[in-house]
Amino acid sequence: MNQIVLQKLKAQFGDALLESHEFRGELTVVVAADRIVEVCRFLKTGEFRYDLLADLCGLDMYTPVKRFCVVYNLYSFQHRHRLRLKVFAEESHPHVPTVTMVWATANWHERETYDMFGILFDGHPDLRRIYMPDDFEHYPLRKDFPLMGIPGSLQLPKK
Amino acid sequence: MGLEQALGDSLMLTKIEDAVNWCRKNSLFPMPMGISCCAIEMMAFAGPRFDSSRFGSEVFRFSPRQADVMIVAGTTTYKMAKVVRKIYDQMPDPKWVIAMGACTSSGGMYRTYSVVQGIDLFLPVDLYVAGCPPRPDNLLNALMILQKKVQRGESRGSSTALIGDFPHHHRSPSIPE
Repeated sequence: MNQIVLQKLKAQFGDALLESHEFRGELTVVVAADRIVEVCRFLKTGEFRYDLLADLCGLDMYTPVKRFCVVYNLYSFQHRHRLRLKVFAEESHPHVPTVTMVWATANWHERETYDMFGILFDGHPDLRRIYMPDDFEHYPLRKDFPLMGIPGSLQLPKK
Repeated sequence: MGLEQALGDSLMLTKIEDAVNWCRKNSLFPMPMGISCCAIEMMAFAGPRFDSSRFGSEVFRFSPRQADVMIVAGTTTYKMAKVVRKIYDQMPDPKWVIAMGACTSSGGMYRTYSVVQGIDLFLPVDLYVAGCPPRPDNLLNALMILQKKVQRGESRGSSTALIGDFPHHHRSPSIPE
């Protein structure tokens, strides 16, 4: 199944697939950021029917180039098959197109990824923080964020 | 025929403070501030097996305006701290706070940016309960210790003279150190 999916994707998108590898039966495909919506739409509405976006999360690779990564874990109920997509973004321009129009569930997942990593999802209908207070200015899951936080960044009520 | 003869042993003399505190300590209405897993043990504390009604404390009040003691049961984040404080401020004096469990008392295992490292950073706490989570009988023990405090008229959150001091007793958000 992995090879069939990969061949179809290559035939359909070619140069939009930057990289792919298989590990322990799990297929991971790295997709160019500007083509991710097309690829997702094809995977959902095409023959494979990846109708569940099981998870969408961020990664901070903490490297000078391609610092941020967004991971999409897809599942097809019809084929009982899982697929992982990855998209990279630069620190200087942490923008990735939103997939909320493909899977509505991406809405909150993208908000969480924005809240924790500061990755901006272009076209998201409501890109606000979801865990941290609205006036919080930092991104806690970035590798350069200290474990105990930045003193004074979160206010406590007066005693 | 004197009063003693008429009433016999049924007459007892005491101070009004002692009588009122005795009433209070045997009718402590808890405000269940159940934020995470400690809340499950808090429910067991109120349930039939551990039965806090033996100590007059079974009436959990979900309105802070009817509560005497707030049991903060669970990990308190910075975002939640504002809510906890607001609910505490809505409780009428005299009032008490029990910090239940490791997270509430000290941040516990959550040594991280989002968790308040002990609710005493923003609330006057009367009692800390150890455990992760504390067993219900540990919380019962805390309640019994709190009852002794109430009988002595002590509260960290409200003025120490709990009766006969009404001008100051009237709601003031400032906390005496």
